[in-house]
Amino acid sequence: MAEMGGGRTRRQGLRTHLANIYRLVIKELRGIRADPVMLFLVAYTFSVSVYTVASGASTEANNLTVGIVDEDRSDLSRQILNALNPPLFKTAELIAPDRIDAEMDAGRLVFVVEIPPNFQSDVLAERQPSLQVNVDATAMTQAGNGAVYLQSIIAQEVGDFAARREAATASPVNVVIRARFNPNLTSAWFTSVMQVINSITMLTVILTGAALIREREQGTVEHLLVMPVVPAEIMLAKIAASSLVILLAAGLSLVVVVGWGLGVPIAGSLTLFLAGAGLYAFSVASLGIMLGTLATTMGQFGLLAIPVLVIMQLLSGSSTPMESMPVWLQYTMQFISPTPHFVAFAQGVLYRGAGIETVWTPLLAVAAIGAVYFAYALSRFRRVIFGA
Amino acid sequence: MTGDRAVASRPEPPVARLAGVSHRYGRTVALDEVSLDIPPRRMIGVIGPDGVGKSTLLALIAGVRVIQHGTVHVLGGDMADKAHRTAQGGRIAYMPQGLGRNLYPTLSVFENIDFHARLFGQAEGERRARIDELLKATALDPFEDRPAGKLSGGMKQKLSLCCALIHDPDLLILDEPTTGVDPLSRGQFWDLINTIRARRPQMSVIVATAYMDEAQRFDALVAMDDGRVIASGTTAELLARTGERDLESAFIALLPEEKRARHRKVEVRPRAGNDDGVPAIEAEGLTRRFGNFVAVDHVSLRIARGEIFGFLGSNGCGKSTTMKMLTGLLPATEGWARLFGAPMGTDDMETRRNVGYMSQAFSLYGELTVRQNLELHAHLYHLPSGDIPGRIAELAERFDLADVMDARPESLPLGLRQRLQLAVAVLHRPAMLILDEPTSGVDPIARDSFWRTLIDLSRDDGVTIFLSTHFMNEAERCDRISLMHAGRVLAVGTPQELVAAHGGTSLEDTFIHYLAQAAGIERVAAVPPPPESAESAAPAAPIPPVRRFDPRRLWAYARRETLELLRDPIRLAFAFLGPMILMVAFGFGISFDVENLRFAAYDQDRSPESRELTEAFASSRYFSRQPSIASAAEMDDRLRSGTTQIVIEIPPGFGRDLLGGRTPEVAVWLDGAMPFRAETAKGYVTGLATQYARDLATRRGGPSAAASLNVINIETRFRYNQSFKSVNAMVPSVIMLMLILIPAIMSAISVVREKETGSIANFRATPVTRLEFLLGKQLPYIAVALIGFVLLVLLALLLFDVPIKGSITMLLVGTVLYVMATTGFGQLVSTFTRTQVAAVFATSILSIVPAVNFSGLMVPVASLSGGARLLGISFPPAWYQPIAVGTFTKSLGFAELWPNLVALAGFFLLFLVLARLLLRKQEA
Repeated sequence: MAEMGGGRTRRQGLRTHLANIYRLVIKELRGIRADPVMLFLVAYTFSVSVYTVASGASTEANNLTVGIVDEDRSDLSRQILNALNPPLFKTAELIAPDRIDAEMDAGRLVFVVEIPPNFQSDVLAERQPSLQVNVDATAMTQAGNGAVYLQSIIAQEVGDFAARREAATASPVNVVIRARFNPNLTSAWFTSVMQVINSITMLTVILTGAALIREREQGTVEHLLVMPVVPAEIMLAKIAASSLVILLAAGLSLVVVVGWGLGVPIAGSLTLFLAGAGLYAFSVASLGIMLGTLATTMGQFGLLAIPVLVIMQLLSGSSTPMESMPVWLQYTMQFISPTPHFVAFAQGVLYRGAGIETVWTPLLAVAAIGAVYFAYALSRFRRVIFGA
Repeated sequence: MTGDRAVASRPEPPVARLAGVSHRYGRTVALDEVSLDIPPRRMIGVIGPDGVGKSTLLALIAGVRVIQHGTVHVLGGDMADKAHRTAQGGRIAYMPQGLGRNLYPTLSVFENIDFHARLFGQAEGERRARIDELLKATALDPFEDRPAGKLSGGMKQKLSLCCALIHDPDLLILDEPTTGVDPLSRGQFWDLINTIRARRPQMSVIVATAYMDEAQRFDALVAMDDGRVIASGTTAELLARTGERDLESAFIALLPEEKRARHRKVEVRPRAGNDDGVPAIEAEGLTRRFGNFVAVDHVSLRIARGEIFGFLGSNGCGKSTTMKMLTGLLPATEGWARLFGAPMGTDDMETRRNVGYMSQAFSLYGELTVRQNLELHAHLYHLPSGDIPGRIAELAERFDLADVMDARPESLPLGLRQRLQLAVAVLHRPAMLILDEPTSGVDPIARDSFWRTLIDLSRDDGVTIFLSTHFMNEAERCDRISLMHAGRVLAVGTPQELVAAHGGTSLEDTFIHYLAQAAGIERVAAVPPPPESAESAAPAAPIPPVRRFDPRRLWAYARRETLELLRDPIRLAFAFLGPMILMVAFGFGISFDVENLRFAAYDQDRSPESRELTEAFASSRYFSRQPSIASAAEMDDRLRSGTTQIVIEIPPGFGRDLLGGRTPEVAVWLDGAMPFRAETAKGYVTGLATQYARDLATRRGGPSAAASLNVINIETRFRYNQSFKSVNAMVPSVIMLMLILIPAIMSAISVVREKETGSIANFRATPVTRLEFLLGKQLPYIAVALIGFVLLVLLALLLFDVPIKGSITMLLVGTVLYVMATTGFGQLVSTFTRTQVAAVFATSILSIVPAVNFSGLMVPVASLSGGARLLGISFPPAWYQPIAVGTFTKSLGFAELWPNLVALAGFFLLFLVLARLLLRKQEA
């Protein structure tokens, strides 16, 4: 059997690699199909979870709790009270001056408007009376925007009142503010798509990482490695299989749940988005494999994955604006995580209808970071499987 | 023997009596109408291969499993009766199956026994004395401080035995105590049991074993197959009944007719080939180290083509590692190996085609069918696709798999699965097979059929077979064997040569001789079992009544959990670094302060007035100015790419219109892609526009003109957070989030990992109560969470400059109650999750969603309505959030916050009661 030894320098062609990957992808897909818990998790996250998060948790200021201390009891003060209506406000509550602290301390009221005595007569006499708005500044999502709304509503009411009595002058400039891409600033447009992105990140990492750990725990990966198969093929097959499943789910989620269910218009090309998502899935799947080589058991993988996923999601610009983070943190995140780039890409394509000529830079960054993850995971793969 | 009853005819009442006991796991029947009496003061062996119901039988007798059907009386009472189990549980000791399954690998030998002693409420002096005595008796005393995980298999089993014997039990139940242990240690183990029985003759012992040879020494045997007792009696009786010479043959003879029909004896045919020419395997000085540990120490081998070569040795002696090096899975640290004359390289695809490998555990894909598994391997070995169906059909025929081709391997019996693994290993017609313990746990009939196949492969197809085994009778069938111990080869030769060289009678004796020689010990003669006259020994001492709640047992668990946690760097890092890293990320990252908005002007007027307006906007501290825009197309492009977020579009003739008092219109475009940001930007723009108008009016007509623009003054007071920085509100909220996420995950894992590793058996088999177990395991995590809290507060004070304005005592009391509730929540989750990964994800999803969305972190609770509000208040974070935010920012104290404390204490009690109700002391 000496001839067998002689052929060992024969290089495996690309075709062999591709054939192996194809076979392994089929195997991975069968494995995913046989795991009802995982399938349920994927289906749930991309449907129910996207829908409820988008329609439920909103950062739009609404249902603001406001109290009014009315020491004037005039037509004007009643007019202001009546102007604070649902859905922006919960019905405004009249409270006594000595209750202000208690109500705000307990968090029952976020805003309290104090209308001083003689407010109406001072307005009519053009004495410029002061009106105080107390804001609980610990309610971060409501305090800033809510205070602006409250001010403009009050100013409007007082202005109308004064205009009827001809006490005011018109502004010299008329500033018209228009929002592009989301004219009514509906937060569901944003949260739904970001939820899809977060689901892609979370599930791709879990699916690939868990698939590798499972093979390690059951010893099947050893079995693969005694065959004429190289680690890169095993990894690529896992990445391809999970990416395929996740992309399919994400595409369906965007069309069915986000498009039809939530009525969010998709401005750009879905194909371009899915192509970018494919690249992103490769990148985070490599991260999943990398975590799978860093942890030795499923339990450890879970402990490792939770903080990584939370950070990747929070600091990606998909929850709060990227510009609000300290500059060093922005750069760090853009250097270590593909998510900020993908979020920028997705916002460009899906909301602003940007084409490839506008969004190729974030895509390049996603690919580069993914390649680094992949290379590191590959270097750890064999070493780690045998605890060497 | 006519029935299953009465193993021995003694007048004494049996120590255990089973009547009509059946047990099922789902659709699988583990025990089928078993009726049996176990006589006292005897050593009774339960024999049979894996999966016949031995473990279930033992677990039922030990009281660690719920009795489904039938009655089990042990030590004079009904084991279905909780009062009896509680009262008599302390007289039973149970050692579960698996090497060191009830041990804690990071705890030292002493700490392991000490933990068990504490569970039986022994005082300090008594514990020390008993442990010393046991350690001396088992010769473990030199290793008192070694972690249990670093012991050899035999030592682990001796340590397990010490733990079981710490409270002088009257009934000792051992489930396969010697599986995977080398014959020398096995001999020592039984000597030890005999010594203890000699001292305490009133003790009864029930042992399950798959080794027929060691079962021969027991007082009496119960043979089991398929959940039924097929025979019972002494070894001599069983041999006499079947007319066989050894127990294994006797066992086969006792099997039901239809099973026996399939059995044919294994016949080893002589090997035809000559041994000259290039050997199949040649290895010289093969060595493998893992860190300081030498797994394989200079092993040299020569295996001829077509030879069946056996590797004999205990678990962990380096067999598997050597085999992995020869398959190319693992690079050698030193030495070299040649397969068919070619040097071995780890990435050598060609040698891989020559080798078929079968690893120790079943390692095919459970989620693929038998056919899919075979196809996958055929494709990966690149068999020509035309030949694949034929080859698979041929293998199905040869390995008798035709009936199960579309079944999943996980549903098949072990023997069949091993045949499938062998079929996969030979699929690509390799010239050599490397089989790592291929028959471990397989029943004797399946094992013999497996061996016939191996012999055919070797003798007919000239395949070289290199296998490892524990079984001496299998080793005797090999052409040559190698005895291995502690990484070294002790001897190589044909079985006959080895036995002859030593002058012994059996291969086992020979092996023990070599092992003893290697370890440098003289094997002490076995202590004979206790003589009959020992009956006069003192009766069992009355055991003290078991207390319903014993703080010592609670403390034993708390102490052990702490020790384990302190030695687990991954969990410690998660406990302390996790919250700090997340706090930094949240604190810096989650900010609702919208700043650095990218602003640009599209000025089509270019008049001094338009520049003035542009300046008014550009000077805002919230905006960062970008180059001006020249055309409508550019504006569109820049908004689309996101490089500019706010554009002020000034129309031509703006300056003229303004000066002419014609109220020109100016458009401001916002990027609405992120609504929250746009909403805030809108507020800024409105403010800037008002300011601009006011400045303009002042300059033109003096203060009175400006005043007429502003009918009133609106003073906005940002309370509690004057600088209106997100971080002041965010930091206390993140503390709230971290103190549920991390402690809940950790306490959930602490219970679930006991289920995974098997040490939960100690909870089931000892008098510790559910409440003691839960509270004991909760205490360390409350402490860990409080340390984490202190670290978070330090971060808040030092890194984020967020001071505590209110009562520190209040914050502390609130936090203690909160982490008591959140760790309790983790324990509650642990009662219905089975794996650590499920526990981690279930706990995080269940806690993060309400904590982030419905507890005041994103939206004030007062603004929530309906289901969201209900969800919020039925979970601890919504009650702790006002404490954290209130004490940090609002200067609040007990007067305002006491109802929240009451609610948190209520949650702690609720979770504790629920977890206690859901936690099962017995397995289903």
